[in-house]
Amino acid sequence: MKKIIIALLMVSFSGLASAAGGKIHLDEANIDLTDKASLQRGAKLFNNYCLNCHSASFMRYNRMGKDLGISDKLVEANLIFSQDKVGDLMKVAMTTEDGASWFGTPPPDLSVIARAKGSGDVGANWLYTYFRSFYVDESRPFGMNNTVFKDVGMPHVLWELQGMQKLVNAEEVAKGAIPEFALVSTGSMTTDEYDTAARDLTNFLVYVGEPSKLKRLSLGGWVLGFLVFFFFVAYAMKKEFWKDIH
Amino acid sequence: MSMLEKTLGWVDDRFPLTKMWKEHLSEYYAPKNFNFWYFFGSLALMVLVMQILTGIWLTMSYKPDAELAFASVEFIMRDVEWGWLIRYLHSTGASAFFVVVYLHMFRGLMYGSYKKPRELIWLFGMFIYLALMAEAFMGYLLPWGQMSYWGAQVIVSLFGAVPFVGGELATWIRGDFVIGDATLNRFFAFHVIALPIVLLGLVVAHIIALHEVGSNNPDGVEIKKNKGADGKPVDGIPFHPYYSVKDIVGVVVFLFFFAAVIFFAPELGGWFLEKDNFVPADPLKTPEHIVPLWYFTPFYAILRAVPPIGVSQFPGVVAMGMAIVMLFLLPWLDRSPVKSIRYRGVIYKFFLAMFVVSFIVLGWLGTQPAGGIYLILSQIFSITYFLFFILMPWYTKIDKTKPVPERVTFK
Repeated sequence: MKKIIIALLMVSFSGLASAAGGKIHLDEANIDLTDKASLQRGAKLFNNYCLNCHSASFMRYNRMGKDLGISDKLVEANLIFSQDKVGDLMKVAMTTEDGASWFGTPPPDLSVIARAKGSGDVGANWLYTYFRSFYVDESRPFGMNNTVFKDVGMPHVLWELQGMQKLVNAEEVAKGAIPEFALVSTGSMTTDEYDTAARDLTNFLVYVGEPSKLKRLSLGGWVLGFLVFFFFVAYAMKKEFWKDIH
Repeated sequence: MSMLEKTLGWVDDRFPLTKMWKEHLSEYYAPKNFNFWYFFGSLALMVLVMQILTGIWLTMSYKPDAELAFASVEFIMRDVEWGWLIRYLHSTGASAFFVVVYLHMFRGLMYGSYKKPRELIWLFGMFIYLALMAEAFMGYLLPWGQMSYWGAQVIVSLFGAVPFVGGELATWIRGDFVIGDATLNRFFAFHVIALPIVLLGLVVAHIIALHEVGSNNPDGVEIKKNKGADGKPVDGIPFHPYYSVKDIVGVVVFLFFFAAVIFFAPELGGWFLEKDNFVPADPLKTPEHIVPLWYFTPFYAILRAVPPIGVSQFPGVVAMGMAIVMLFLLPWLDRSPVKSIRYRGVIYKFFLAMFVVSFIVLGWLGTQPAGGIYLILSQIFSITYFLFFILMPWYTKIDKTKPVPERVTFK
């Protein structure tokens, strides 16, 4: 009974936290960290489109290669565009000062961005929705805005893939409605293809946020299993000793 | 005589090893009727040891430097062998410590374990709680994330509310005019050296005092009043092996929940690791909601519930301090002739329930934005929190108690 109370306490904690999570509508990213092909496509997108302004400076190229099943040779040939060695951290040449003067605010490091945007699936959902929510807004310096991150300093880097879209229901969105977009120019991908690309990139960023996550999850089952087994051993020992207490 | 016995004899002639083993374990007689609530003392000790061990290994790779701290934590998470596990053990251990300590303290409230002759055990325990709060607060700055930084900024600025010397005091604590590298370094020194030493010393005092007077139990009966012909309490059993084997079962159950958090939800939905702390500290960007970790939020809610005088937050700071001071005074506020809730009347049960509800609701309110209905609720529950203590001399005296049995109830 009392154990149940503790369990309930734990559960209500996590429930409360997610209930306190803001009003922006987020789509489900439904990522899969075990999908190596998706992670590899995400790495390709990240290194081509993001890793020029944004760093992932806590992550090493070869660790990424190892976890994603890409050999060091392939990483060097296809995923490193700077003079970096395969064992180096994924840093960028752009300085904080340059970033600040070009974009208004320096592009943040993306190593743990998926964790910074929310715990559980929230961070992934945030990123996935963000990548798909850029729209034309002439009032902004780069002519683009984003419904997930209002007045974001970043241009729509993936526009050549997605195309340009406009926000159809701006007035309703201001009152809390779910944003609806319409393409004004097409990109090299269809909407479905672009959604998959956004999912791949999200998947990759979640992976980069915590490279040991899969190991953690797979180890967890064994640890809990052992503890259940050991509980019976410990309980039997307690019973045996306490037989003579009346 | 075997080699082992000879060695033991040699040691015993020079150090009271066997004597201490007997006094504190094999011949320390504990009441045989301990229930579920008596697991949390040994669990707190285990968590303390775990925090020290994981802390030592974290210190091997952590860099107490404003430029390097955040990156060094991620280095531990990625490049150090099993670093992610050590870090999660430590971060989850901090919250787990407060979970078991709060349950341990609640046990004391239920069974009157602070009452004569155990006042000093309670006081040592309260000092442990204070040291633990300082330890947790300073440790939370070390990852140098946004919430580390701004949490420390808010808490240290509370000292600025002290009349006349406040500003100087806050600057002196920080070692700078804002939280900075100097603050990080001194908090690191306190977190890894000063406070752990204080904690260990207090824990030893807590246990020595406990073993001097003997453990209380769910019936609140003094087992030393009923001794057998051999001079041992008839309701007492040696701590070792009986409670050592029983506590192992408690440890396993605790570790099950603990491991479940570490392996499947180390952030616990933002309650154990807040999302803002995955953003490096930025003195120029204030986060939207600055919230202390869950174990401080009841006191944070009390702080915010008290209206300022002019622009001074001092009354709130005093109220927050008093909320903790009240706990110290418990042994002298309680005038009931019985210890355990089992033999107390309905009035005490009502007030204790009110206190627990107040504490939990204040804890939740402390995580919410201040203002509106939340503010009014904080004020109401702050008052009920204090009423538990202020009215205690009165209601414990008029409360109708039941007769306490001569012997403990068992099975």
